[in-house]
Amino acid sequence: MKSNRYIRQTTLKSFGQEAQKKLADARVLIVGLGGLGLPVAQYLNAMGVGTLGLVDGDVVELHNLQRQVLYTEENCGTSKLEAAIRFLEKQNSETNLKGHQLFLDRNNALNIIENYDVIVDATDNFPARYLINDACVILGKPFIYGALHAFEGQLSVFNYREGPTYRCLFPNMPKSGEIANCDQHGVLGVLPGIIGNLQALEAVKVITGIGQVLSGKLLLFDGLSQRTQQINFTLKTENRQIKSLAEDYNSASCDARMKSQEIELFLKKSYDPDSDQLIDVRSSEEFKEDHLPNAINIPLNVLDQNLDVLHPAKNVYLLCASGLRSQKAWELLKDHVAPERLIVIQGGMNTLRMATKP
Amino acid sequence: MTVLLFGVTRDIVGAEALEMPVDKVGSIRTVGDLRSYLQDTFPSLKNLSSLLVAVNNSYAEDDIKLDNFDEIALIPPVSGG
Repeated sequence: MKSNRYIRQTTLKSFGQEAQKKLADARVLIVGLGGLGLPVAQYLNAMGVGTLGLVDGDVVELHNLQRQVLYTEENCGTSKLEAAIRFLEKQNSETNLKGHQLFLDRNNALNIIENYDVIVDATDNFPARYLINDACVILGKPFIYGALHAFEGQLSVFNYREGPTYRCLFPNMPKSGEIANCDQHGVLGVLPGIIGNLQALEAVKVITGIGQVLSGKLLLFDGLSQRTQQINFTLKTENRQIKSLAEDYNSASCDARMKSQEIELFLKKSYDPDSDQLIDVRSSEEFKEDHLPNAINIPLNVLDQNLDVLHPAKNVYLLCASGLRSQKAWELLKDHVAPERLIVIQGGMNTLRMATKP
Repeated sequence: MTVLLFGVTRDIVGAEALEMPVDKVGSIRTVGDLRSYLQDTFPSLKNLSSLLVAVNNSYAEDDIKLDNFDEIALIPPVSGG
């Protein structure tokens, strides 16, 4: 380590070489390289965290750029993880960067998380947030939570030194479609930058021991009024008793009758317009950008008003960007189309674009 | 009695804060009473699987008693990132 690289923070009396050494020895996992995860990654990398694990299976899309400011227009259609790693390597060549090109799920979460000391929840959906909570409780890891809604943000540190967990605040996972995410509801571009930076600050405090960690407190930030407030809450001991992950975190897909097919397999089979129907449930804007031949666009939010488009005897394939909205569409349609003829295409257009663009 | 609204509750109610009607305040004695009143007035709130009520900046269970000067907040989980 070049001796003066971190001098602006090591000269801080309550930080010093000692805290810098703790950063260098720390292993931090950032789950999600979107609006929250990128500022966390950039600051922790700049400040000298020794090992940074990065998890994301997604590709950069044009509508990400208003808030995911590490990415450029050139990155569109390519892996978020690869773009982030290219930047972070140049930013700090001393960091040990470990990329995980995947989405966290119940099969891989424990194996990945166990290799890190601190987890940063920078995801954008409830199933991932509850999965991270449960995995961190099982493995005894603190995790730094940040989440957004329109002009507001939430921040807390859960499971820190036997402290309260995410489920102590919100015991039950919202059902699919109950509360919209950024993609559906919108978020002001600068908001994730603010909350992500606060997450980075909490990560530094957890690692080095400086200051007071935001454990047992939920910080609420309202960007429109610049008001912040902190809500105190305590541990409910039953939430520490989690011994294994839930059977399924994706509440949209808990119906065992759901049939699905990988997009690669779908493309390999010959599409027969006499027996197959392909419904693309993305927004009309996304559909205009690119779509598969034969696809019929019915955006998810108007699907229930267009049931007459669905053919009563054909196989109905449901397609979206990642597979998530297709699952929601499946739930909406399962009572209108025989489940054995209703098929969710996994991976969606994102996988396709990643495969075709180097 | 004023209730500050956050996240999707702000969208459901269509305001940042809600003043309890004077004629109802007398019957809203606990957090549970408040929850029921709000759910009756704004039925979409019933669909929320988890909805935290904070009184004077602390998490409040349904049996916590309320008075007119309490600062109340309705906080749902948010998922964006």
